[in-house]
Amino acid sequence: MGNGFDSALGFGARRGPLALLVKTIVYGLLVVVFAGPLIALMFGAFTKVPDPTSLFSAGGFTLENFTRAFDRGVLGYLANSFIVVGGGLLLQIAVSISAAYSLARKRFPLMKLVFLLVLSTMMLPEEVLAIPLSLVLSEFELTGSLLGMIIPVGAWAFSILVMTEFMKEIPVELEEAARLDGAGDLRVFWSVVLPLCRPALGVIGIFGFTMIWDQYLLPLLVATDAQQFTLPLALRTLRSDEEVGVGVLLAAALLALLPSVLAFIAMQRQFMRGLTSGAVKG
Amino acid sequence: MQATGSGATATAVRPGRRAGQSAPPPATAPRPRRRRFDLTGALSPWLFLAPALAIFALFKFWPMAQAVQMSLHEVRPYLGDRWVGLDNYAQVFVDENFLAAIGHTVVLAVGQTGGSILLGMALALLLEGSAKHLWVVRTAVFLPTVVAMAVVAEVWRIMYYPAPDGAVNSVLGWFGLGPSQFLNSEDTSLWSVMGVGIWRGAPYDMMIFLAGLAGVDRNLYEAAAVDGASVWRRIWHVTFPALRPVFAILFTLAAIRGLRVFTEIFLLTNGGPNGSTEVMMTLIYKLGLERGELGIAAAGSMLLLAATVLLTLVVRLARARAEKKVA
Repeated sequence: MGNGFDSALGFGARRGPLALLVKTIVYGLLVVVFAGPLIALMFGAFTKVPDPTSLFSAGGFTLENFTRAFDRGVLGYLANSFIVVGGGLLLQIAVSISAAYSLARKRFPLMKLVFLLVLSTMMLPEEVLAIPLSLVLSEFELTGSLLGMIIPVGAWAFSILVMTEFMKEIPVELEEAARLDGAGDLRVFWSVVLPLCRPALGVIGIFGFTMIWDQYLLPLLVATDAQQFTLPLALRTLRSDEEVGVGVLLAAALLALLPSVLAFIAMQRQFMRGLTSGAVKG
Repeated sequence: MQATGSGATATAVRPGRRAGQSAPPPATAPRPRRRRFDLTGALSPWLFLAPALAIFALFKFWPMAQAVQMSLHEVRPYLGDRWVGLDNYAQVFVDENFLAAIGHTVVLAVGQTGGSILLGMALALLLEGSAKHLWVVRTAVFLPTVVAMAVVAEVWRIMYYPAPDGAVNSVLGWFGLGPSQFLNSEDTSLWSVMGVGIWRGAPYDMMIFLAGLAGVDRNLYEAAAVDGASVWRRIWHVTFPALRPVFAILFTLAAIRGLRVFTEIFLLTNGGPNGSTEVMMTLIYKLGLERGELGIAAAGSMLLLAATVLLTLVVRLARARAEKKVA
């Protein structure tokens, strides 16, 4: 590296005062365009009644937006969001590793068909199924309950496929050795395969978190009143509430933004790995 | 590239296992314990798969079957459904609102996909490298992708504030442009929504491009330089061909995701002003859940699904053909 050939364009490796100036301007511009609106949101949330026209009105630091947001039940919405993401993620991970174990380590009749069915669910997002899904949810009495937002996200083809790919690479010899010692399926799964899957657990964990946190249509179909709103759903209500100022909306939006951004920054490495490994097979 | 690498190892492992399994059984009779394992063995793959299959069946396949059935009926709660054959589908194709929504959906899907890929590639070329400060810039640029769409929509509604001193209008003002009405005008609403989609989509594409770029052989760059090729020729002849799998991934994702846009429209404009941003999904949502036209809404959903499946197959086919050509 460092010989000028470590990137296609060689832009980042250019030296000299002019190149430095151009680079600073370009990088600065990119950060302002992509992160700027989110940084502005953060400032707005701590500013006294920001003018709706500009996110950067200097109004002095205040926490009033948050206290007023809490008066509007934002903490409750946040709690709902955490319940849904916690429950949904646990279920999703358990379901994924269990299914992946079968798909990666076993051979059985109809395996190709099962694999195809799992793949095909990628083409059946909530959006396409919204209308019948809302009927099915009420049939099972899952509307008006956070369970209705948790159970349907419990199986996600992406997680199953990433996990399957990963488990395929665990050497069979390890499993065979355990089997010779008399270990049954559950034991092999629990004490041989699972501990070796920890890196992949990070990948499906962070992707699952972001996916469930971003859910909108499913909670919209499930919630029958504001009691069950997740924080993303509640933002729209806060916006249309005329007594609530932009500052309060921004405070709530910041609370909806922080968990996913923090999770991403903490698990960036796993996130990048998932981006390339899962997408190819999808 | 990591992805192809993992695929290669996966296939490398499998023949070994198959050979291990088909190894001739020991001449002596199998021990009893071995037989007990075989008995549970036939069922156990299904037990491990059961939770996933059950959830998929209840929340994916059963609703899909229902959608097919509803799309062929006039759905009348309490009165019983009336068979109408393909009438609902016919109605979708004559209804002006649906035709307009189909048009908007296609424009949005093509614009967002193309814009995200072009901008994503530019970002990747600019931000490729191992230096620490590049990593920081990449992380900042990637943030829009991990933020929930609902938050993105609220932020952009404020950014797009149509007065001259709104955030985006202020920036336009520095260049003597604008002010624009953005989401509030029929002429600009769809483009404004597309801008948000590209803003959120490009960083994602950038990361996939970066993964592809990381797999390009550095020696080829050096060889091209020795041959006196310019940077642009180097990118065209060395980098782009190596990125072919990346384009395949991005087009597959676009085919699956492109047509189903809902949340951003629902929150940014809810189809307005005057229907100028109404897409398939917002129209289906309104028809089905607000006006109770379940049959027509279901027919619209099925068409959306058919288009998605068709697009995915086309991308796969093109990909297979391209791979054959290379080989």
